[in-house]
Amino acid sequence: MGIQNILWQVAKKAFTGSIIGLTISDRCCSVVPVRGDSMSPTFNPQRNSHLDDYVLVDKFCLKDYKFARGDVVVFSSPTNFGDRYIKRIVGMPGEWISSSRDVIRVPEGHCWVEGDNKTSSLDSRTFGPIPLGLIQGRVTRVLWPPQRISKIGQ
Amino acid sequence: MASLSSSFWNTASREAMKSGVFIAKLYCFLHVTTNYLGFMAYAYGPSMIPTLHPSGNVLLAERISKRYQKPSRGDIVVIRSPENPNKTPIKRVVGIEGDCISFVIDPVKSDESETIVVPKGHVFVQGDYTHNSRDSRNFGPVPYGLIQGRVLWRVWPFQDFGPLGPTPT
Repeated sequence: MGIQNILWQVAKKAFTGSIIGLTISDRCCSVVPVRGDSMSPTFNPQRNSHLDDYVLVDKFCLKDYKFARGDVVVFSSPTNFGDRYIKRIVGMPGEWISSSRDVIRVPEGHCWVEGDNKTSSLDSRTFGPIPLGLIQGRVTRVLWPPQRISKIGQ
Repeated sequence: MASLSSSFWNTASREAMKSGVFIAKLYCFLHVTTNYLGFMAYAYGPSMIPTLHPSGNVLLAERISKRYQKPSRGDIVVIRSPENPNKTPIKRVVGIEGDCISFVIDPVKSDESETIVVPKGHVFVQGDYTHNSRDSRNFGPVPYGLIQGRVLWRVWPFQDFGPLGPTPT
């Protein structure tokens, strides 16, 4: 019957569309909201959750995990597998980082991440250097709100 | 003559577009399958003797269980190496979060052993052939986020076609 046929066509198109969308979001780029103020003033300069920044996360960098000091990255938390954080890389493998008590060398395959707002940021000063394999993308631009559209620099 | 050749190019470009769209859809379908359902992995090297042959095995790994449950002791997992994110070694989980693990640091050199507690959100992985394996005894416990999938089945060599799982202790 006509209605069944139309529903089937719509379902097929929705399925194909979602597969394509998922691939683009994983391989190319995706848009994520920034929660919290650990990256103030780069993101969320005001503490108001209605005005959270939305940023563009580039996924092409995951092809061979080439990152540099100063990149803002999205990564899985090493302690809580489901959580994801956005912080800035301040130490690449082989570099020395001075934390509160001593000087630490960032091991091979890891990086040291810190939030721009040092007073309220849960980062490598708490959980140590993170393996580069936990990184899920690099933030390149702020997309929303419109008056803050900008490219993120080093 | 001119109208015939232009209609030839019209149909040719339309066919090319259709094949292009088909290839794009196929690529997306393959991406979703290998990243969310399961993937084939080629494993070689001595670190998982006798479970895996050093000269090469083709394995089937699944990505579904890591989303809904924590890994369990005895699972063979594909991880992203904490020493080099471009490498994906295959090891066995011998300890989950909270376990107290005692291990011989380097069986080739000495009997010296060490005891650690696996932190929250991490697993302790070790190759079955501890004499020649770089694993958590070298690079420490691995966070769950680095686990890529759980190995289920060996596809090749055909003499050993069959399931791979926790060894009965």
